[in-house]
Amino acid sequence: MQLYLPIAEISVNAFLILGLGGIVGFLSGMFGVGGGFLITPLLFFIGISPAVAVATGATQVVASSVSGVLAQVRRKAVDFRMGLVLLAGGIAGSAAGIWVFRQMVARGQVDLFVQLSYVLFLGFIGLTMLQESLRAMRRLKNTSAPIRRSHIHNWVHGLPLKVKFRTSGLYISVLPPIVVGAMVGFLAAIMGVGGGFIMVPAMIYLLGMPTKVVVGTSLFQIIFVAAFTAFMHALTSQTVDLLLAGLLILGGVIGAQIGARVGVRLKAEQLRVLLALLVLAVAIKIALDLLIEPSELFSISPERIT
Amino acid sequence: MTRLAAIIALVCWVGQMAKAESIVSGLSQSRVSITADFVGSEILIYGAVKRDSPPPEGAALNVIVTVQGPSTPLKIRRKERVAGIWINNASVEIDRAPSFYVIATTGPLPKILSQTENLRHKISIPSAIRAVGISSEAVRAPDFVDALIRLRLADGSYGVQEGSVELNEDTLFRADVQLPANLTEGDYVVRLFLTRSGKVVATQDRTIDVRKEGLERFIFQMANDAPILYGIAAITIAALAGWAASTAFRLMRW
Repeated sequence: MQLYLPIAEISVNAFLILGLGGIVGFLSGMFGVGGGFLITPLLFFIGISPAVAVATGATQVVASSVSGVLAQVRRKAVDFRMGLVLLAGGIAGSAAGIWVFRQMVARGQVDLFVQLSYVLFLGFIGLTMLQESLRAMRRLKNTSAPIRRSHIHNWVHGLPLKVKFRTSGLYISVLPPIVVGAMVGFLAAIMGVGGGFIMVPAMIYLLGMPTKVVVGTSLFQIIFVAAFTAFMHALTSQTVDLLLAGLLILGGVIGAQIGARVGVRLKAEQLRVLLALLVLAVAIKIALDLLIEPSELFSISPERIT
Repeated sequence: MTRLAAIIALVCWVGQMAKAESIVSGLSQSRVSITADFVGSEILIYGAVKRDSPPPEGAALNVIVTVQGPSTPLKIRRKERVAGIWINNASVEIDRAPSFYVIATTGPLPKILSQTENLRHKISIPSAIRAVGISSEAVRAPDFVDALIRLRLADGSYGVQEGSVELNEDTLFRADVQLPANLTEGDYVVRLFLTRSGKVVATQDRTIDVRKEGLERFIFQMANDAPILYGIAAITIAALAGWAASTAFRLMRW
């Protein structure tokens, strides 16, 4: 069934869009990532302009995150207090990131810097996670091995302003989560993505949160980031296509529910291996785009988007 | 006095010469409505050559039809290898390029239209694109315009249909032009040209009004006229859909 999109000004197959929304929603519900890093290139691939893809994709991320969070809330796997602290740090970090991004635009060569940092960063996170989670899986098989503590006590635990994060089972200072939130917000603003797949590993490895709680808590704070992004695009560039968003949302919310249920049945280590592979796949894809000579060197864009 | 009268008579005669042939034309539709199920539209452009005197001997009559969508400024980027990495580097700004442009003729364009007449009436695709002063923006700047035309020919936004216009007994003609599904809103200008030995002897302009209708119109207008309300609506719909799916799945106990 073909459908003409009023803002994207292009006719698309409605079922294809539903399917895309469903796949991205599934990954979102399973791993606690927003999915903006997947939906934007996919929409671009079927001929929707990048500006519309980013803005409309953010709207879908709101829907699938709400859907995924509600599935996690029922099994008490959302640490609201931690989510709010991370969000506070994230807002400060992304404000700083936007400022740095503008400075880089003024000096040129932003594309090169952004793409390179994307590849290096994702590659590093993916490889580290893969190595750690594979080791954890091997340790599980070998039952005689000593039980590893979820995190190691060090100078971080001597910091002031300690708060109980009951759902995560942590009693730590609010400073590390604020710093982690700010770092992720900063990187997300520079790379132009929501940052869910940076946030998830950071929560597991830097804050020592249990994997099961991480998914819901990450989705919780993504709702606000994505809603803010979608609203700003609707306000400043009128690039949110409600018809396209409606189709993506319909697929996304259903996919997120299924993803959340599949994610719960997996072991924490298996979930981390799969997320590591997903992050690595994205990194390899971007790296190949940079290294292989493209078949089409030229691209057209409306002039108002710089 | 007689001299003045003679000059007036001469001017009138020349004027009549120029209007010896004129165009009478019609469109199958002068309005295209873009609704949710819009998948493109076929426009039939038909007409006849009106003459006050017998057609001139020798030079053959040819017909050129162009259909042009609204023009916008564009930016064309070129990827280049910087430190071993392919990256968008050089770019060129095009002043105005039509979002849609199709040219249909009775024969090969270089044969039926002279270069000077082409420049004057801006008929061929390259002459319909306005790109002034691009040579200072990048090296090999004309490559960017060539790439624009190549990409738009490939996606069907631009088209050259040489020999597709039917002309019967040097009088009746018809052209079929396909408007694609990825159409932009606006006034589409249809231009008709009659040529003899490379010279344009008659022209006529008509417009097709392409408008979004119904749901398309409503969404587009709300996004532009009430962006705050639109943004809030988008987020609310998203949040409600997320909640609805979660509730539905819980009730199904899956």
